[in-house]
Amino acid sequence: MAGDRRSISLTRRSALVTLGSIAGSALLNRSSYAADKLKVAGVYSVPVDQQWASRLHIALKAAEARGDIVYSWSESVANTDMERTIRDWAEKKPQLVIADAFAIERNARKVAADYPKTAFLMGSSFGPTDPNYSVFDNFIQDASYLTGIIAGGMSKSGVIGMVGGYPIPEVNRLMNAFMEGVREVNPKAKFFISFIGSWFDPPKAKEAAYAQIERGADLLYAERFGVSDAAKEKGVLTIGNLVNTQPQYPNTVVVSALWHMEPTIDKVIAKLKEGSYKAEDYGSFSMMKFGGASVSPLGTFEGKVPSEIMAKVADREKAIRDGSFVVKVNDTEPKSTV
Amino acid sequence: MSSTLDVVLTASFWAATLRICAPLLFGTLGELICERAGVLNLGIEGIMTAGALSGWLTVYYGADLWTGVCVAALVGAIFGLLHGFLTVPLGLSQHVTGIGISLLGASLSYFSFRLLIASTATPTIKPFSAVRVPLLADIPLVGPVLFEQSPLVYLAFSLAIAVSYILYRTPLGLAVRMVGENAMAADAQGVSVVGIRMAAVVVGSAIMAIGGAFLTLSAFNAFFVNLVNGRGWICIALVVFSSWKPARAIVASLFFASLEALQIRLQQGSGGLPYQFFLMLPYLLSIVALIAVARRVSGPQSLMVPFRRGER
Repeated sequence: MAGDRRSISLTRRSALVTLGSIAGSALLNRSSYAADKLKVAGVYSVPVDQQWASRLHIALKAAEARGDIVYSWSESVANTDMERTIRDWAEKKPQLVIADAFAIERNARKVAADYPKTAFLMGSSFGPTDPNYSVFDNFIQDASYLTGIIAGGMSKSGVIGMVGGYPIPEVNRLMNAFMEGVREVNPKAKFFISFIGSWFDPPKAKEAAYAQIERGADLLYAERFGVSDAAKEKGVLTIGNLVNTQPQYPNTVVVSALWHMEPTIDKVIAKLKEGSYKAEDYGSFSMMKFGGASVSPLGTFEGKVPSEIMAKVADREKAIRDGSFVVKVNDTEPKSTV
Repeated sequence: MSSTLDVVLTASFWAATLRICAPLLFGTLGELICERAGVLNLGIEGIMTAGALSGWLTVYYGADLWTGVCVAALVGAIFGLLHGFLTVPLGLSQHVTGIGISLLGASLSYFSFRLLIASTATPTIKPFSAVRVPLLADIPLVGPVLFEQSPLVYLAFSLAIAVSYILYRTPLGLAVRMVGENAMAADAQGVSVVGIRMAAVVVGSAIMAIGGAFLTLSAFNAFFVNLVNGRGWICIALVVFSSWKPARAIVASLFFASLEALQIRLQQGSGGLPYQFFLMLPYLLSIVALIAVARRVSGPQSLMVPFRRGER
């Protein structure tokens, strides 16, 4: 019975699709234009307003606004449901599927193998898999390092607090680079590090930040929402991560290390259009050299950061861009040094 | 050990404890009222989420904070009405209905949030700020802990005292306890079992929803998916821990909150212990405490027993 019903509905659906496309092409005659646009599907385990996913979402939205792609997405997909959702989208024959596959590395590779004609661009801690599974990650350690230098120059007490979600490589890497930057200016700097065991619990992140401020931290690394709120209330400074949060906290956020997904997305779209796409590691397109990372403008803090510190930042940035200085990628869990 | 003592002796530790305690106390009181009348309300996690969203949205669209709290309570009451209708007159499984309500409340909130706020920027509101009680707030140690809190913190503790008074000192409270212990006897006395139970579930759910609203109107200023983060489930355990007594609910939620505040502070100076150990600490110690307490505890005798007149 169930089979019967399905076949009926399928027929009905395909009839509707046929009718619709006839009507559409007759009315608009724009089918050739539509064919130029790539169909792209995004699948995220977090809401699109989460810092990490928002960077992908914004880049894809921009590509859609340019007219390069048609973009649809699913958000807040539980990791247990991720494989099925990716498969559902792959069934719709898009040219490109983008997802965060950190928790389902093996399953995502299985799905990709089943749809060899579709390109998969996955947030992953591992390498690419032939023929179609490419990877990317937030390799913005360059920017984190530079904001660390600014943090080192701005902290008077030399005690810096850091509140993170979970110590996974994507988080640790940026924290370690930031700490490296701080030590560049203040080798004696001390760090408080807390993990709250959740991506979304701002009240808890706020409590952790309060506790760090109480113990003398006068500058916080705001990896989670909630940290800058605590800092604003207590009158201490923060450094933003991935997104620029200075507009919301103009007197609190000194500077942010920004991630730009546009270079990665644009590169993949270009390769798909010219037919040269293959499984690759796109991680480097998130680095400063390729425009994937940057230090936000100082904005409201213009002139408040010591000039010798900004000179050092400019100097290091130049060295990073021309390749004469490389920020270490260190994925180990950072520990408190107090 | 000395570092633990140092932490516990600071005013900021106790102030944090009260802040963390407030949403748990609202949730625990709400659940306690439902259970005292004989209805288990597993919808709590979803109802708290719905309260968090509706309260926040109300303020976001221009109403003042107290209107937000009232709207959250109203939305909680509506979910309570649904849970009550299914479990009291219809007598359906309280477990299954409660989990259904929880999923409905959470999913509906996330869905409406995405429909109404379709952006990657996080919109915020201006939340309740701490109110300094003049003179009293200047008392060293005690002042900043007890007299410099958000108005909702004061509301949570006053509510616990009010609930305790009503349950033990008024005819209404007696009726609530009676339908929870022996519905048949209450019915024989002319007490409307359905009416009292429905009212208890509606009022209890409204209070839980205020607990959710605390998170978006006082503890933070924005709504996020998964924001409630299991606090509702904690409240269910805290009801047992408080042996279904409102005064003890204060002790139980303070106990859990103090462990949470302690955990956050100990984690920072961790001597190489993994951070998961500290995150686990409040839950682990609560289980230990629950074991110690639960041996002497007996819950309402008609809890989870649907009432059908004339049925034995």
